[in-house]
Amino acid sequence: MVNLEIDRLSVRFALPGATVNAVSDVSLRIRPGECVALVGESGCGKTVLASALLGFLPGNAETRGSARLGDTELLTATDHELATHVRGRQIGLIPQSPASHLTPVRTARSQLEEAARVLQGDADVAAQRTGLKPEHLDRYPHELSGGMAQRVANALALVGEPWLLIADEPTTGLDRELVDGLLDEFRRMVDDGRAVLLITHDLAAAQRIADRIAVMYAGRIVEIGPAAGVLGDARHPYSRGLVDALPDRAFRPIPGRPPLLTNLPDGCAFAPRCDQATAICEERPVLTDDPHAVACHQPC
Amino acid sequence: MLTAQHVTAGYRDPVITDVSLSVRPGQTVGLAGPSGSGKSTLARVLALLHKPFRGVVSIDGEAVTKFRFGALQRTRIGVLFQQPRLSVDPRFTLRRAIAEPLRGNQERVEELADAVMLTADLLDRRPHEVSDGQLQRACLARALALRPRYLICDEMTTMLDASTTAALVGVIRAYQEETGAGVLAISHDSTLLGRWADETVRLQPHPVSGTGQRDLADAPTRNSPTTS
Ligand SMILES: Nc1ncnc2c1ncn2[C@@H]1O[C@H](COP(=O)(O)OP(=O)(O)OP(=O)(O)O)[C@@H](O)[C@H]1O
Ligand code: SF4
Ligand SMILES: [Mg+2]
Repeated sequence: MVNLEIDRLSVRFALPGATVNAVSDVSLRIRPGECVALVGESGCGKTVLASALLGFLPGNAETRGSARLGDTELLTATDHELATHVRGRQIGLIPQSPASHLTPVRTARSQLEEAARVLQGDADVAAQRTGLKPEHLDRYPHELSGGMAQRVANALALVGEPWLLIADEPTTGLDRELVDGLLDEFRRMVDDGRAVLLITHDLAAAQRIADRIAVMYAGRIVEIGPAAGVLGDARHPYSRGLVDALPDRAFRPIPGRPPLLTNLPDGCAFAPRCDQATAICEERPVLTDDPHAVACHQPC
Repeated sequence: MLTAQHVTAGYRDPVITDVSLSVRPGQTVGLAGPSGSGKSTLARVLALLHKPFRGVVSIDGEAVTKFRFGALQRTRIGVLFQQPRLSVDPRFTLRRAIAEPLRGNQERVEELADAVMLTADLLDRRPHEVSDGQLQRACLARALALRPRYLICDEMTTMLDASTTAALVGVIRAYQEETGAGVLAISHDSTLLGRWADETVRLQPHPVSGTGQRDLADAPTRNSPTTS
């Protein structure tokens, strides 16, 4: 098992007349035996970051920086290399909106069994680990409820026993009991020396199993540190706002609008929404390098 | 009032049996229940997208006879699904998706996009060029476009961050205040429903069909929505 080392990764999309800065200068190391959660407002770049690591970016994307998995440079690896050595074997991906990734004309079982054959895994074990019953497996995708489709996607990602699992909103449509079961499963993988990158909007889930939490805003990591510290004692005004928006807190949205990724300010991207902004915020704050790091000129 | 009376519905086998539920104008009813208990099926029946085996759905006192996408009565009900990727034509820009029910009223498109906080740069992109949360905001704008009297939100916020969730719930509340619309909010998240809904109804898993039940021992003998 090896580290995943993401170093100053940026992803831009070229659109007619505009460039979308979806991910900017993200550095992150994930070690075996570690679960890192990635949280942040919708559209902040979480899924694009995950897609970049697996070579799933569309043709109009341009990447910079590096992402190394052991000796493999993921950003420049060929599709063939990724398909035969990385995807499903070393890095498993649970995609967001799984129902749109399942093959409509084949039952869940045939898709899972094929993946098991290719990756030399065990379909029954994977199904059981994700809370699927044999009768669910005989259904076609359109016959699955949202929560069942999610479990099928989870089983497909686990069947190859990857050492790193990237799970993009894996609890969508699952009730509390199934969520807890899945999180326990992730925790077991981590305790077993594997690694999990959990992309989630569910801060309670992140707090329960993540060792570290990274908060992303407008494509940048603005805060990263031990799970309890980031949620319990947030240092970035944006992270504070996110925690306060929870229904068991103030249930108050962060004021203002999400940032325009086609036209980001030179300074702190959160400044237009930040009630602590002052003149120095016109300069871009850099992420500190302490264990609970923050990118803000006036952390809380 | 939007009501379901003694509705039994499903696919090959029934998923919900003898369920009754109503949503008054201006009210927000939460619908909770474990995975597979038939919440989405009930949502589809109430949205007139799925014909029940038995029972009656009525809108403001008028019984529904046609359960089809094109049915006239459907325009009185707006729906939002858990997975926006499955409900938007991938060839349409967000602008066109929102405008579709409006027959091109551009001014209203801008107004709706503004209400759901979709910035101008996103409106000219296609679904695969925006995030799931951004697409869900477009779906909310589209659902509100025809000024529905009832809005059914099936796990609308399940993949949205806390701030976007709170913001969209705020948009729906403002719409209700303005129009007196009734809302059915379906979610697994009881904390969210506690905060959002005026009252919450709980659906229990169906004991005989294999649909989505994990725990037969705990299941009651039939669906019994109880108001909490
Ligand atoms: N193919 C594309 N072309 C142009 N822009 C894109 C493309 N794909 C994504 N984007 C933009 O990149 C940004 C990041 O998108 P991403 O899907 O990573 O968000 P996310 O953080 O996963 O959001 P969510 O929580 O809603 O899933 C968004 O602003 C989105 O509109
Ligand atoms: S750098 Fe300034 S504007 Fe940005 S979050 Fe910190 S205080 Fe607010
Ligand atoms: Mg995403």
